[in-house]
Amino acid sequence: MTDPVLAVHDLSVAFGALKAVDRVSLDLRPGEIHALIGPNGAGKSTLIGLIAGGLRPASGRITFLGRDITRRDTAARARMGLARSFQVSSVAPDFTVLQNVTLAVEGAQGRAYGFFMPALSDRSLTDRAAQHIARVGLLNRVAVPAGDLAHGERRRLEVAMALAQHPKAFLLDEPMAGLGPDGAREFTQILDELRHEAPILLVEHDMDAVFRLADRISVLVYGRVVASGGVAEIRANPEVQRAYLGDETLP
Amino acid sequence: MIREGLLNTLLMLGLLAVPLIAQAMGEPFVITLATKVAILALAGVGLNVALGLGGMVSLGHAAFFGIGGYAMGILAAPVQAYEPLMTWPIEVPGTKSMPVIWAAAMAAGALAALAIGALSLRTAGVYFIMITLAFGQMLFYFAISWPAYGGEDGLSIYVRNGFPGLNTLDPIQFFALAFGLLALALLFAHLLARSRFGLALQGARQNPARVAALGIRPYTLRLTAFVISGAITALAGALFADLNRFVSPAMLSWQTSGEIMVFVILGGVGRLFGPVAGAALFILLEHWLGGVSDYWKLFLGLILLAIVLFARGGMIGALAGRQVAHD
Amino acid sequence: MSALLLIEQALNGLQYGVMLFVMAAGLTLVFGVMGLINLAHGSLYMVGAFACAAVAAATGSFWLGLAASLAAAAAAGALVELTVIRRLYARDHLDQVLATFALILVFSEGTRWLFGSFPLYLDIPAGLSGPVTLPGGLDYPLYRLVLIGIGLAIAGGLFWLIGHTRLGIRIRAGEADREMIAALGVDISRLYTAVFALGAALAGLAGALVGALQSVQVGMGEPVLILAFVVIVIGGIGSIKGAFVGALLVGMTDTLGRFLLPAAFGHIMDPSSATSVGAALASMLIYILMAGVLVVRPGGLYGRA
Repeated sequence: MTDPVLAVHDLSVAFGALKAVDRVSLDLRPGEIHALIGPNGAGKSTLIGLIAGGLRPASGRITFLGRDITRRDTAARARMGLARSFQVSSVAPDFTVLQNVTLAVEGAQGRAYGFFMPALSDRSLTDRAAQHIARVGLLNRVAVPAGDLAHGERRRLEVAMALAQHPKAFLLDEPMAGLGPDGAREFTQILDELRHEAPILLVEHDMDAVFRLADRISVLVYGRVVASGGVAEIRANPEVQRAYLGDETLP
Repeated sequence: MIREGLLNTLLMLGLLAVPLIAQAMGEPFVITLATKVAILALAGVGLNVALGLGGMVSLGHAAFFGIGGYAMGILAAPVQAYEPLMTWPIEVPGTKSMPVIWAAAMAAGALAALAIGALSLRTAGVYFIMITLAFGQMLFYFAISWPAYGGEDGLSIYVRNGFPGLNTLDPIQFFALAFGLLALALLFAHLLARSRFGLALQGARQNPARVAALGIRPYTLRLTAFVISGAITALAGALFADLNRFVSPAMLSWQTSGEIMVFVILGGVGRLFGPVAGAALFILLEHWLGGVSDYWKLFLGLILLAIVLFARGGMIGALAGRQVAHD
Repeated sequence: MSALLLIEQALNGLQYGVMLFVMAAGLTLVFGVMGLINLAHGSLYMVGAFACAAVAAATGSFWLGLAASLAAAAAAGALVELTVIRRLYARDHLDQVLATFALILVFSEGTRWLFGSFPLYLDIPAGLSGPVTLPGGLDYPLYRLVLIGIGLAIAGGLFWLIGHTRLGIRIRAGEADREMIAALGVDISRLYTAVFALGAALAGLAGALVGALQSVQVGMGEPVLILAFVVIVIGGIGSIKGAFVGALLVGMTDTLGRFLLPAAFGHIMDPSSATSVGAALASMLIYILMAGVLVVRPGGLYGRA
């Protein structure tokens, strides 16, 4: 078995009396999509926040590419190759599609401190940005301000920005929320190809997509991992059926 | 955008033409007014780097303006007293050379902005406003209570400092210097806004969490912008002290901070030439309304109130229409 | 240096601190409830002082003047809230700063227009002038003791108001969730006007009370406003308790610093430079205190952040 790209060990954080994440351990291996599912309020987004660096854990460790990153800040983790998308679309709304992705390329190059040369005339930035924009099919929208994009387009813009980081792992927080069936199908395709770039830790409510894409699934309930395994295993797990899916039958 | 470009060109040409006409008509006072506009606009260009590009509402830029002024006074005063600037550990003479004074003023302004910014940027929003205001006030009280450089009375310089090849005592030549520096600063601000740094800084204004997740620290971006901003405003302060041949704690007062912000806003936040339009309007109002009533600032207040409540794009916004730089 | 002198200075610091609290309480309340930064709070302090001085001069009664200061500042506050401030709640902080900066210009120049540029003098009421002898033999001005008493009473009143009354519950609910409180049927715009007028009245009262110790003049409010900001940054925005602790810290630090630092420097340098170095450092002391709090707790001592 290959070494995991990303691993969390016994990670915990509490907000007041609420244990949002309670001694969670999981890992992400090369080439896989590891889906994280669970009911609302189970702590999925909190866990993503802990791994990306916006939140500090009370205890536990996070290792990425074999190094302990628990004490590094968000920007340092991003520069190591941890790319993140947010649950609520998070782009610079006044910037055009091109400016947003150019900014991402700039971050990946680690060179944000040029003061005189126009960024948008720098081919080393814009050529690469255009490639990533083309990958998500937004080339005809490059000059549109991100704030004016349709919801699904904004989601794709986020993927282009994540791609621009040349990540070693993706953290995607509900990338398909609010997309509608057609958008979700299209997006499933994009994610399926994305796994060849880097493994994905995927938080998603769309069970069709999860069961189609995931190599492994972990189920989070009240901040704890109650089950973890292959798709078939999770489908069959009675505890998961009860705790998470209620009386619904699985697709 | 085309209309704004035309407007900017007209603005700069007007600022250049007025003193030239005044020179021809023998009206040195008007040249001095135009010089004041150029210098105050320069201070505004400095603040606009922090405020317009970085979204940092600093109400303490008088600190940098005053530091620039005092840098001029402290360097030039020993010369007229025939004393060295300092004797220990090595003897350093004062200077009457503008380029040296400018460099010192910008370095001092940058250093102060680094210290104030490093602390203030640990917070955001309304805390940042209050803290920058408070640090400005700290320097104001320090200048009043520190007797070495005139304390409350300030410091007078009898002869304007010199610039190689120019007669700075001639109002039009001094205006040319101030105008040249303003044009340079505008060019720099223009390049900065489009540079890699400008892109990242404006991104951090709109969405700091996103910029951090792309591997760029918003704190460092903002601090860098704040330092650049402080240095430019300090340069304006050195020129302003040279214009008046006088520096006093008033340059450090909270009113000065408010007024520098008013230049930026009257013209339009985030617009490159906003501070030029704003400073020109401010000086015109001061001159006209001040001639009509001793209480002209009452009317300034009402005008400012009307602009904030009803015309949010400022002067350039009203004349040139919408733009996207500021949210 | 005698212990009596030190106690006297500590009492001065306490008096200064409680008056700063009265000023800062209104600011922090307005910020906590409405999310508004109000630079014109210092103008309301000035309005209170001028109203008190004018009415006291006309009627000969300080107490009528004091009532006038409360009424005038509350009325000015309500008027400003209805005409200008309520348009700013939904705006960003930059617009709030500019509009309230414009209000300072209007208030200051308007007052100069009405009263002229010369300071007015407000006398301490006859019954409260002169010193009292405290246990231990210290002669201390009665009026300053009364200010301490009034300040502490207002602090107690505010804690009670926030903690135990319907208005307080509304205020706390408003802090927590504006839409919720509107949905409960409370008239939110009337509540906002009331809170703003209350803060204004407190500022006006502080202006009148302190005006009797100093002179009453245009521009007297802003230095106090900036100190109140320092208080709020130290205490944490929106917290009345933070404002109280911050105000006492600032009042004590400033007063004792001005008293002790020149003397302390006197041990290591000659008296005249000790006085100037000590005074210069003392003038910066509270800002250094603020910087220290920022390093340790960026959200303030009682801040929620």
